[in-house]
Amino acid sequence: MSQAVSEPRTSSVGATAAYADGKEVLVEVTDLKKYFPIKSGILFQREVAAVKAVDGVSFKVYKGETLGLVGESGCGKSTTGRTILQLYRPTSGSVKYRGQEITNLKGESLRRMRREMQMIFQDPYASLNPRMSVGRIVAEPLVVHNIGTKKEREERVAELLEMVGLNPYFVRRYPHEFSGGQRQRIGLARSLALNPSFIVADEPISALDVSIQAQVVNLLQRLQEELGLTYLFIAHDLSMVRHLCDRVAVMYLGKIVEIAESEELYTNPLHPYTQALLSAVPVPDPAVEEKRQRIILKGDVPSPINPPKGCNFNTRCPVSIDVCFETEPELVEVLPGHWVACHRVI
Amino acid sequence: MAVAEGAEPLTLAGEEKPSNPWLDAWRLFRRNKAAVVALNVIIVIFLIAISAPLLTRLEILDARTGEAARHTINPVNLPQVDSYPDPLTCARDGQDQNPYWCSWLSEEALLEVQNKYCFRPAPDPNQRQWCYLLGGDSSGKDWLTQTVYGAQVSLAVGVLGATMSLVLGLIYGVIAGFYGGRVDNIMMRIVDFMYGIPYLVLVILLQVFFTEVARTYQGTERGGLVGFVLDLNSDMGGLLFLFIALGSLSWIGMARLARGQVLSYREKEFVEAARAVGASNRRIIFVHLLPNVIGPLIVAETLAIPGYIFTEAFLSFIGLGVQPGTPSWGAMISEVRTRGGFFSNRFILIVPSIALVITTLSFNFLGDGLRDALDPRLRGT
Repeated sequence: MSQAVSEPRTSSVGATAAYADGKEVLVEVTDLKKYFPIKSGILFQREVAAVKAVDGVSFKVYKGETLGLVGESGCGKSTTGRTILQLYRPTSGSVKYRGQEITNLKGESLRRMRREMQMIFQDPYASLNPRMSVGRIVAEPLVVHNIGTKKEREERVAELLEMVGLNPYFVRRYPHEFSGGQRQRIGLARSLALNPSFIVADEPISALDVSIQAQVVNLLQRLQEELGLTYLFIAHDLSMVRHLCDRVAVMYLGKIVEIAESEELYTNPLHPYTQALLSAVPVPDPAVEEKRQRIILKGDVPSPINPPKGCNFNTRCPVSIDVCFETEPELVEVLPGHWVACHRVI
Repeated sequence: MAVAEGAEPLTLAGEEKPSNPWLDAWRLFRRNKAAVVALNVIIVIFLIAISAPLLTRLEILDARTGEAARHTINPVNLPQVDSYPDPLTCARDGQDQNPYWCSWLSEEALLEVQNKYCFRPAPDPNQRQWCYLLGGDSSGKDWLTQTVYGAQVSLAVGVLGATMSLVLGLIYGVIAGFYGGRVDNIMMRIVDFMYGIPYLVLVILLQVFFTEVARTYQGTERGGLVGFVLDLNSDMGGLLFLFIALGSLSWIGMARLARGQVLSYREKEFVEAARAVGASNRRIIFVHLLPNVIGPLIVAETLAIPGYIFTEAFLSFIGLGVQPGTPSWGAMISEVRTRGGFFSNRFILIVPSIALVITTLSFNFLGDGLRDALDPRLRGT
C-alpha cells in the first residue's frame, strides 16, 4: 500500500505484456497534460490559474483495437482525444504515432500526419457546415490535401457515401435535410476520406436516438473490420462501451484511474470510482436489478482548476484513508493487463 | 455495396427541388409580402435614380430672352419669388390666368396638363407666372426634378455607406474574432474607445473640417493629392467627404457583430473537423466562417441603411451635407426655412419628406424580410 511497494511495478504506460503480445502499438500517449490558462486583466493579461483538463495521462492504443475512454462530463475525455489529434497543443507530454513524436509537428508535416488520424464528433448538427452540400463536405479532406482530379474526387465521394450506407445521390443535398443518424454517417464518410488508420470517436452516438445508436455502432464495427481501423472511443454510455471496446480506460478529473480489458473491468472493477460508475448501470433483469447495490458518491467533482492534494478522488471516495490525502497514487498493474491508480487496491 | 445494416430508409424523391441554404432563404424571403413589395420599391427608386437625366425634362423660359432653355437641375436667372407654386396652388389662388409653363413632362403631356389646368401663355413676358408640377422653391428649382435627383444622393449614401461599413467591419471583426487572444483584446478595446465617441458630433466636426479645407483651397491653384481629392469631392457634389465622415465610425458596430458571429462559429465542430483534416486558416475563414457569418451582417447592414440616409438628410438639412446645388432630400427640406417656405408651397416640405419616408421604410421592410430569411436562428436549422 505504500509508495515503496508500488514504485517498482509502476511504468509510465498502462499496457501489459500479456495483452500486448504480438500487437503493434499504434498510438502511445505518455504523461499528456493539457492546461487551459485562465487570464485576467484588461489589456495586459496575466495568467492567474489554469484548468487542468488533462493532467498526466498515459496509455497505449494497439493497432486494430478499440480503446474506450469513459468518465463523467468534464473529466477531460474529449480534451484528451483532441490533444492527441493536435487540435489542442499539449501543455506537456508526448504523443507518438507509429513511434513518431507528433506533438512537435508543424505545417506540412502536421498536415500529412492528419491524413492518418481523424475524428468523429459528438454533435451531428454542429459538425457539418450548414452552408456546404454533402458532396463538398465529404470531398473537403481531398480538396485540402489536393488529392485527385475533380472527377476522381466525385467518384471517391460516391464510394465513401456507399461505404457508410448512404445513397450517393445525396451529394447535392445539404445537411439540414438529413436526420441525426444520417448526418453522423456523413461525418464518418468525411473522416474516412483520407484513409486514416486511427480515429478518435468523441461520443459519436450520445446525441442520437437509441435505435440509431445501434446502427451507427454496427457501422463503426463493420468499418473497423473492413478497413482495419483503430478507434479511441470516447463515451459515457457504459453498456455501449462494454459492447464495442476491447479495452476500457476510466478517467476522473483529468487522470486515468483504471485501465483494463473490457470484460475484466466490468466484472472486476477495482477502483472505487469505477465501482461507483458501474453500479449506476441498470441491469435488464428485474431480479438482479432489485438486488443491485448502487454506490452513491457524495459531493461533486472538485474543480479542475484546483484539484485536491493527494488522490484526486479523495473528496468523494467511500474508502479513503490518510495516505490518499497525502500522496497521489500511481497507475499500477495489479492484475495482468489491469492497471489501477488507488492506494487501497495494492 | 448494399445499403448498410438497418440504415434509415433511404428515400430518394424522384425530382427533388434543388435545395441549398441561399435558395431556401430566397424562397422564405418571397413569402414575406411586405419585404417583396419593399424590394420592388427599392428597385424602382434605383431605376429612377439611375435614369434621372432621362426622366426629367426641365425646360423653362429664360426670364430675359423669353426663349426656352434647358436647365437640368439648377435653373439660373429666374426671378426670386416666395416660391414657385404647383398647378393646384396656382388654380386655387386664382393665378391660373397666368401660369403657362411647366416642367417635367413631354411636350404632349405638358400640353395636356396645361389644358387640364387651363394654363395659358402670359400675354406679357415680364409678368410671367411660373408653375411646376410639384412646385418649386424660391430660386425656381423644380421640386420633382430635385426629388428625382435627390434619390441618387440618398441611395448612394445608403448603399455605399452600408457597403463600406460592412467591408471594414467584416475585415476588422473577422480578424479580431478569428485570431482571438491579445489581438482580439487590443482590437476590441479600440472599438470600445471609438464607441464612446458621439457619432453625430464626430461626423459634424469632420464635415465642418472638410468644408473649411475646401473653402481654403477654393479658387487657389491646387495640385497633388489634396487637389485631386477636392476635385473628386466637388465632382461628387460633396459626397466623398460625407462618405469618409459616415464611414469613420459606422463600421464599429458591424465589427462587433462580425466578431461575435465569428466567435460563435469558430468553436463549432465543423470548424474543428476542418482543422482535423488540415485545412488552412484561410480556407477556414473563407469556406467555413464567412458564408455562415455573412447573413446576420447583411441583415444588420440593410437595417442600418435608413440610418445613413437620415444622417445624410440631417447633415444636408443643417448645411453640412452635400455641396450647395447638389439636390438632396435633406437640403430640399431645409428650404422650408427660406423665404416663403412651407406656407407658400406645401410641397417644399411634403415631397422630399415622403420620398425619404418611402425609401427608409422600404429598406426597413427589406431588412426584416432578409432577417426572417437569412437568420438561421429564426429558421431553426
